[in-house]
Amino acid sequence: MLYREAGQFKASYQADQQIFPIRQDRVGFSLVLAFFFLLVPAVANQYWLQAILIPVLIFSLAALGLNILTGYAGQLSLGSAAFMAVGAFAAYNFMLRVPGMPFLLALVLGGLCAAAVGVAFGLPSLRIKGFYLAVATLAAQFFIIWALTKFPWFSNHSASGVISTQAVVILGYAFDTPASKYLLTLSVVALLALLAKNMVRSSTGRAWMAVRDMDVAAEVIGIRPLHAKLSAFAVSSFYCGVAGALYAYTYLGTVEPEGFNLDLSFKILFMIIIGGVGSILGAFLGAAFIVLLPIFLDNIIPQLFGGLLSSSFSSNLQLIVFGGLIIFFLIVEPHGLARLWQIGKEKLRLWPFPH
Amino acid sequence: MQFFFEVLIGGLLSGVLYALVALGFVLIYKASGVFNFAQGAMVFFAALSFVGFQEVLQRWGLPAAPAFWLAFVLTLGAMVVLGILTERIVLRPLVNQPPITLFMATIGLTYLVEGIAQGIWGANVRGLDLGIADEPVEWVMESAGLLVSRFDVFAAAMAGALVLSLALFFQYTRTGRALRAVADDHQAALSIGIPLQRIWAIVWAVAGFVALVAGLIWGARNGVQFALTYTALKALPVLILGGFTSVPGAIVGGLIVGASEKLAEVYIGPMVGGGIESWFPYVLALAFLLLRPEGLFGEKHIDRV
Repeated sequence: MLYREAGQFKASYQADQQIFPIRQDRVGFSLVLAFFFLLVPAVANQYWLQAILIPVLIFSLAALGLNILTGYAGQLSLGSAAFMAVGAFAAYNFMLRVPGMPFLLALVLGGLCAAAVGVAFGLPSLRIKGFYLAVATLAAQFFIIWALTKFPWFSNHSASGVISTQAVVILGYAFDTPASKYLLTLSVVALLALLAKNMVRSSTGRAWMAVRDMDVAAEVIGIRPLHAKLSAFAVSSFYCGVAGALYAYTYLGTVEPEGFNLDLSFKILFMIIIGGVGSILGAFLGAAFIVLLPIFLDNIIPQLFGGLLSSSFSSNLQLIVFGGLIIFFLIVEPHGLARLWQIGKEKLRLWPFPH
Repeated sequence: MQFFFEVLIGGLLSGVLYALVALGFVLIYKASGVFNFAQGAMVFFAALSFVGFQEVLQRWGLPAAPAFWLAFVLTLGAMVVLGILTERIVLRPLVNQPPITLFMATIGLTYLVEGIAQGIWGANVRGLDLGIADEPVEWVMESAGLLVSRFDVFAAAMAGALVLSLALFFQYTRTGRALRAVADDHQAALSIGIPLQRIWAIVWAVAGFVALVAGLIWGARNGVQFALTYTALKALPVLILGGFTSVPGAIVGGLIVGASEKLAEVYIGPMVGGGIESWFPYVLALAFLLLRPEGLFGEKHIDRV
């Protein structure tokens, strides 16, 4: 009843091409934005901001990056955590070594460094495909983490490779409270998400999708596979790099190369699979799901079984539940949470008279 | 020069171990097109179950030798059940999904199997004794002056026997022929009446057996511990070197990776600060892929629009 687009006419190209063509969507989305920008920082406590909302946002950004590469351009990558590490360490070094470096510029430069590294490791994608490429991206994962650990210059000669990030100051305002860090993260993520949404709607995004669906056919109709694949690698790594820098600066404060291990790469891959491959919304839903699930399990499992279980068993139970849920999700809804949302919207349009 | 050969032989023999893990991957990929990331977890599960069964049986008062073989049989049974359950619960509902979905499902399976294995048997590091000492073989020492571990030779012989018996199984049995037919073309195999799902269950059971052998040898070498699951990662460059669909490729790839990573660690490592074993095989495989995208023995893939 409420969700009906009858009577909404598109009279101009501009109206036809907007991101949310239905008025209810626009209103709903503005409400969501207002909720997260205005209400949440006012009411949420420190734990929620620092331990849940900020990581969800940061992982959404990383998942968005991987989704551009894997979901839109069809290149499977297992090295996203390494590109996050490049972003984090590059931003750290720019802040450290360039006097008076503005934080936002360091963030962008960190992302650009990650993009350059991403393009270098994306070169093999021109020759190899599918799982061969996935294994090739593992080379990036192991090599980058090794290099960051091995060469102390990257971590400013700290003993164990751990870096402590500098204070975040923009135009004289210090972002040191959880709420301000949350708002900063949210702004960056919202901006980049908007950019991504527009990118995948443009000719760049269509070229990626053509390459994903069949790269030989895409080449035949005049899309340059080299250009499309490498731009996907660059944009994806840029997003991962910015996410990594935020991970270091607004979430953890101290990071080490080992923190960006293969497990993290897999986590990001899980996010896009569970959220929905090839969907911007899916990156956010998947990130929220994967970040919240362990917290939820942590709280629910001891409550369910009381003191019956030893802590080592409950950590194993967590592994089992996590693995089982992933398999369950893949079987029940292989297109992810974003697809569920879409189905829900379709249902809502027809409700209450579905026939 | 003698040192070079020692490193080379040590590398080749450790490469045999990688090849054993890679073999399990290849079997499943060939028959069902699933990139089974859980192979490493299966190796871990097999080794842990074997040690666990052995402990339980010996606590019941069985002498060492029968306990060893009984534990072997019980673990084999567990691996076969695991394989069949995987096929039934995970893969059957996912038929016709894109390969990446199946790959993700096997990553989920990895977590599941690791959790179950440690949940049942505990997470302690255990020793595994196959009764073969890790000491140099005397006659090689005397005749050529090289240090070659008896254990490594045994492992290589086991791997050789395994590959030989698999080759015979594939070549001369009815099931083996059916397996090869399925690997060649699912649709055609189905149309001449080969029960696809039973074949897949068999393949997973065979991969479980290979995982058991690999688990025993790895476990005896490095102790049964969680780190065993990472051996699967070392098998990946082996796979891309050898090609995902080739059994001899897995063996040759394993040997190349084992030898080159040891040589690189010894000769290139000191120049850049060591520890390059972790990524050298991948970079080698990457460089190799640029020249031959389908691996050493992989099938040439022709793209058609």
